[in-house]
Amino acid sequence: MGKYILKRVLSMIPLLFVVSILVFLFIHLIPGDAARQVAGATATAGEVEAVRKQLGLDQPLIPQYIQWITGIFHGDLGISYTNNTTVAELFAPRLPITIYLTICSITWSVLIGIVIGVVAAINRGRTLDMLGMLIAIAGISLPNFWLGLQLMQIFSVNLGLLPTGGLEDWRGYILPSLAMGAGIMAILARVTRSSMIENLGKDYVRTARAKGLPESRVIMAHAFKNSSIDIITVTALQIGALIAGSVVVETVFSIPGLGRLLVDSIGFRDYEVIQALILFFSFEYMVINLIADVLYALINPRVRYE
Amino acid sequence: MAETLLEVKDLKTEFKRGKKDWITAVNGVSFQVRAGEIVGLVGESGCGKSVTSLSVMRLHSKHNTRITGEVTFEGKHLLELKEPEMQEIRGNEISMIFQEPMSALDPIMRIEDQLTEAISLHNQGLSKSEVHARCVRALKLVGIPEPEMTLRNYPHELSGGMCQRVMIAMAMSCEPKLLIADEPTTALDVTIQAQILALMEQIRNEHNTGILLITHDLGVVAETCSRVIVMYAGNIVEEAPVKELFRNPHHPYTKGLIESVPRLGRRVRRLPSIPGSVPDLSAMPSGCRFAPRCAYARPECSARLPELVEVGPDHKCACPFYANVRKEA
Repeated sequence: MGKYILKRVLSMIPLLFVVSILVFLFIHLIPGDAARQVAGATATAGEVEAVRKQLGLDQPLIPQYIQWITGIFHGDLGISYTNNTTVAELFAPRLPITIYLTICSITWSVLIGIVIGVVAAINRGRTLDMLGMLIAIAGISLPNFWLGLQLMQIFSVNLGLLPTGGLEDWRGYILPSLAMGAGIMAILARVTRSSMIENLGKDYVRTARAKGLPESRVIMAHAFKNSSIDIITVTALQIGALIAGSVVVETVFSIPGLGRLLVDSIGFRDYEVIQALILFFSFEYMVINLIADVLYALINPRVRYE
Repeated sequence: MAETLLEVKDLKTEFKRGKKDWITAVNGVSFQVRAGEIVGLVGESGCGKSVTSLSVMRLHSKHNTRITGEVTFEGKHLLELKEPEMQEIRGNEISMIFQEPMSALDPIMRIEDQLTEAISLHNQGLSKSEVHARCVRALKLVGIPEPEMTLRNYPHELSGGMCQRVMIAMAMSCEPKLLIADEPTTALDVTIQAQILALMEQIRNEHNTGILLITHDLGVVAETCSRVIVMYAGNIVEEAPVKELFRNPHHPYTKGLIESVPRLGRRVRRLPSIPGSVPDLSAMPSGCRFAPRCAYARPECSARLPELVEVGPDHKCACPFYANVRKEA
């Protein structure tokens, strides 16, 4: 198992390398002149050239890349020209907020999604199933920004229970994580349901019943354990959507997190911040997929030796 | 005569289809299994033999199945037991093994955990090492050469024959009085098949277990069973001791089944077969269900379902015109 994890971690290195190249080239790929953006609209041609030199943009690509990536390894993520601070300083207060929000969203959506899916599968074709799938359809169909606004309308404006935005205390996290997790909850409910229905019809479930196991154990120890393989796979795949969701939801709820920072930076063409954020989100995605793969291998003995 | 272990009386199993529509898969079957006896239950696919066995174990889903009749196991009426009482019988007093050994074991659970589950469920208070010792003993009983190693394996690391041995070991681990084997050798190749059948006979001899062997393979029946029940379209059509059945089949269906098995050393131009196929459960012919395919059918056969009647010692047949069948045979 240790060997598998090590192999899996090592396989992240080439991937990160490729991602870093793409992120680096990004500054050259998007339209507009980065040096002019930094220098400002009123700058003279000479000033723009000076900025270009200062940023190292006049050098060939490869030395530029090496300089950039070395900086990142030393914790130098670049400089935000809009805010006149380092990117690291911008990240420091925002990173924990986004991570906390992500963890909250994943936790509730996975738990509730699984519960709805299992209950629906056990009660297939009956009222509870219909109700569960109705919730799932709603969760998939409602866009998270709209859901966020509706939640705000109901709980903040009408009932006055929760804040409309900002993060004074933990209550500020409730509505954003509800809005962010709804889609994942819905997809997981559907995946869990169909996977459970499939597994409950399998021969080994019949064997488990024939052994005399109580139904609760048949469902949890056999059917659900096998379904968790599918559930982990789908959850890992949904992380991308969750990151994208954080960008929208943080904006809707005016939460000072990394997603909001991304939107603002794109607005100001603050290249180095955008680069650092994309690199961070890719890294986050990879780490979560790594965790999913390890869990997957822990549960499913058939993948360990491949 | 040995004591009767299982007595099935007029068992009828219906499945719900649509809102109020029920289709009958097993239409009132009655039979017995005695201790130390291997009873064969034969018939084509879809004749209701597996449904019968699952009904005895009450393993059908409650929501879409209706089971009526009487199933008595050692004086207990299984169909009237509460679910927890039934759980105490399943795997403990009546065990079951299935057709596809590879898929009948949980793919993501070690063999040891699957065996342990059955053993500790029905023997509470055993220590860990005692349970482990029983796992090893169970695997030894079914002739697995290195039990300690096999216990650590996952099902996908074992062959089909090994998986079926593990299944039998699991079924026998609580020393049940009755073993229901639903096509235990169908998915295995012939040499392994012979080993598994020999193993079941050995278990019967050593533990005096009653075995209900469900199969469509008459060769398997001839080799292992002492008594045979032939089912067709949800009904029992004939029941007899194995030698009597092969030597002296009464029902046209049984006769057809036996004739359609190729035999070495007998030259035939074309293997006889039964024309037509098993009727659909929702469109059962009236009267004798075999009549549309029967070479001896008469107009009165379609009038009403013939009853299973005694035609000789221990020999029952559900065809009133069996004498004609015999004459021509």
